[in-house]
Amino acid sequence: MFAGFITSLRNEGVAVSLTEYLTLLKAMRHQVAMLDVEDFYYLARATLVKDERLVDRFDRVFALYFQGLSGVSQDLLAEIPEEWLKKLAEKYLSPEEMAAIKSLGGFEKLMETLRERLQEQQKRHEGGSKWIGTAGTSPFGAYGYNPEGVRIGQSESRHRSAVKVWDKREFKDLDGEVELGTRGIKLALRRLRRWGREGEASELDLGGTIRATAANGGVLDLHLRPERRNKVKVLLLLDIGGSMDDHIEESAQLFSAAKSEFKHLETFYFHNCVYEKLWRSNRRRYDDFTATTQVMNTYGPDWCLIVVGDATMSPYEITHAGGSVEHWNEEAGALWMERLLKHYPKAAWINPRDTHHWGYTASLKLLKQMMGERMFPLTLDGLDSALKELRRPH
Amino acid sequence: MTKPAKFTGTDSYITTRDLEIAVNAAMTLERPLLVKGEPGTGKTVLAREVAQALKMPLIEWHVKSTTKAAQGLYEYDAVARLRDGQLGEAKVHDISNYIVRGKLWEAFTSDTQVVLLIDEIDKADIEFPNDLLQELDRMEFFVYETKETVKAKFRPLVIITSNNEKELPDAFLRRCFFHFIRFPERATMEKIVAAHYPNIKHDLVREALNLFFDIREVPGLKKKPATSELLDWLKLLMVDDIPADILKSNDPKMVVPPLYGALLKNEQDVHLFERVAFLARRGQ
Repeated sequence: MFAGFITSLRNEGVAVSLTEYLTLLKAMRHQVAMLDVEDFYYLARATLVKDERLVDRFDRVFALYFQGLSGVSQDLLAEIPEEWLKKLAEKYLSPEEMAAIKSLGGFEKLMETLRERLQEQQKRHEGGSKWIGTAGTSPFGAYGYNPEGVRIGQSESRHRSAVKVWDKREFKDLDGEVELGTRGIKLALRRLRRWGREGEASELDLGGTIRATAANGGVLDLHLRPERRNKVKVLLLLDIGGSMDDHIEESAQLFSAAKSEFKHLETFYFHNCVYEKLWRSNRRRYDDFTATTQVMNTYGPDWCLIVVGDATMSPYEITHAGGSVEHWNEEAGALWMERLLKHYPKAAWINPRDTHHWGYTASLKLLKQMMGERMFPLTLDGLDSALKELRRPH
Repeated sequence: MTKPAKFTGTDSYITTRDLEIAVNAAMTLERPLLVKGEPGTGKTVLAREVAQALKMPLIEWHVKSTTKAAQGLYEYDAVARLRDGQLGEAKVHDISNYIVRGKLWEAFTSDTQVVLLIDEIDKADIEFPNDLLQELDRMEFFVYETKETVKAKFRPLVIITSNNEKELPDAFLRRCFFHFIRFPERATMEKIVAAHYPNIKHDLVREALNLFFDIREVPGLKKKPATSELLDWLKLLMVDDIPADILKSNDPKMVVPPLYGALLKNEQDVHLFERVAFLARRGQ
């Protein structure tokens, strides 16, 4: 029935499955939405779209696909109950006109006048690019009795405007074309789970209980143990500002995924290259910083170090003292990187830049070399390899 | 076939047509309805209102980060049985005495159709929705301990809410109807306010809504105030009997609106709003 519509949706990247299509057909058969394009639109949206970011694409396909719906309207005309038309008339004709018509002769006359009025309407609205009048004052659009007319049967209080809901494209802002969802990242991060038992004993230790009970001569001796928790510890250093502005979206997603996955996660920010200072909140970077040595002393070598940055800067910022763009650094960035890497054997650099460009930036090559090829792209595969690297026994 | 009653909102809950269609579709086809939207736009309240409007009992299952899918079905209290066994109690011989029923079981075995609310499904572990696929699809599950199959007498109307903290798996989404509660526009908001506080003064509502929508416009707010915050704030304004003209005052001392605590929930937002309001004043 709507196979073409489904195909168009799939072509536009709204991945509709057969199940959902069948559900829609079933819902139509159960008359959830009847004879009303707008209701049908809502039903189709609730059935076929499961992510608010895709609603806008759905709206566009819907508008395109159902442009040719006009043919239906003529058949419907015959079935429109009288009282709806009366209501329609009330909307379209002034009270004086109504009175005049009434005195002239009843319903026949009324219908005739109404028809004329709607004919006029149709002419006036022609030429618009959409099948609804673009002027937006008439609640009927270009085709007069299109299924919109059916809605007149509903109560007056429902205020409607002539622009179709799907033409409004209210969900436009939500369509982000985000390919790398947090779900994917989270699933990748699960690789780094390392289970350990810590904290309050709240789970029955079956093995321990059996052993203790047997030792106790068959009298029950319950043993409890703490629940299994992910005890991997992650120190996340994020490059912020400057060239990283283009990658904020991905980095933020990675960060939010990491935050919900790891219980022990410490985050610090740096700019371009790591020097003697790191800061916890980017807003207060000038007055509230932590010395890099202090960070290293607080978080021991059992922590995994993950650096997120594009490693794109002037090579001097890495190699020379005083090379930083922001302040006078006594020691070169390279020295600080070396210290960090020596302190944290488990380390990886995640780079949001496209791997195609990696060969063209001197600073990037430099850092990659320094990391001992432990630099990975910020893609699901890259994350996977990075986490594999972190899991490797050192 | 008897046609089920249609949901068209209640006196205290103003719906939009798309929401009604989504609820009715979920009800007719007996599939779960997934509701997303900004916090405070009435996702949880929807289930309560649907239950009330359709005169069906409501079973609420609030999901937390530690909730496991199996807890919704049943839990076998092995420890209690072990202890009773030691004490030689008679009921220890029947394992079903130690099966603790979960919310889904409760909903399935109810004698009338119920509304089952699974609140904030995104709080749970990322695999949580996958573990419930079969149960929500077929509306039945198997109890291993007693070898019985619990099958829904009446398929409950399942309403699931999510705050978008985690993305839900595709296989799960395929089986649901979906509705995104949009932030209500002004006209709808006025209706919502009228439904909650029928006796409120008109000019107070007008000025309060002006201010409210202005605040939502402030760029960079961490948490934009939503419907529930507006309703709380109006209630406070009414209790304190604050006249409407205070809200629109151009008094330079009055930078933040009275009782702003109901609208802005963290101090950064309050600072931000103060700054923006101050600059706007100066620009005048």
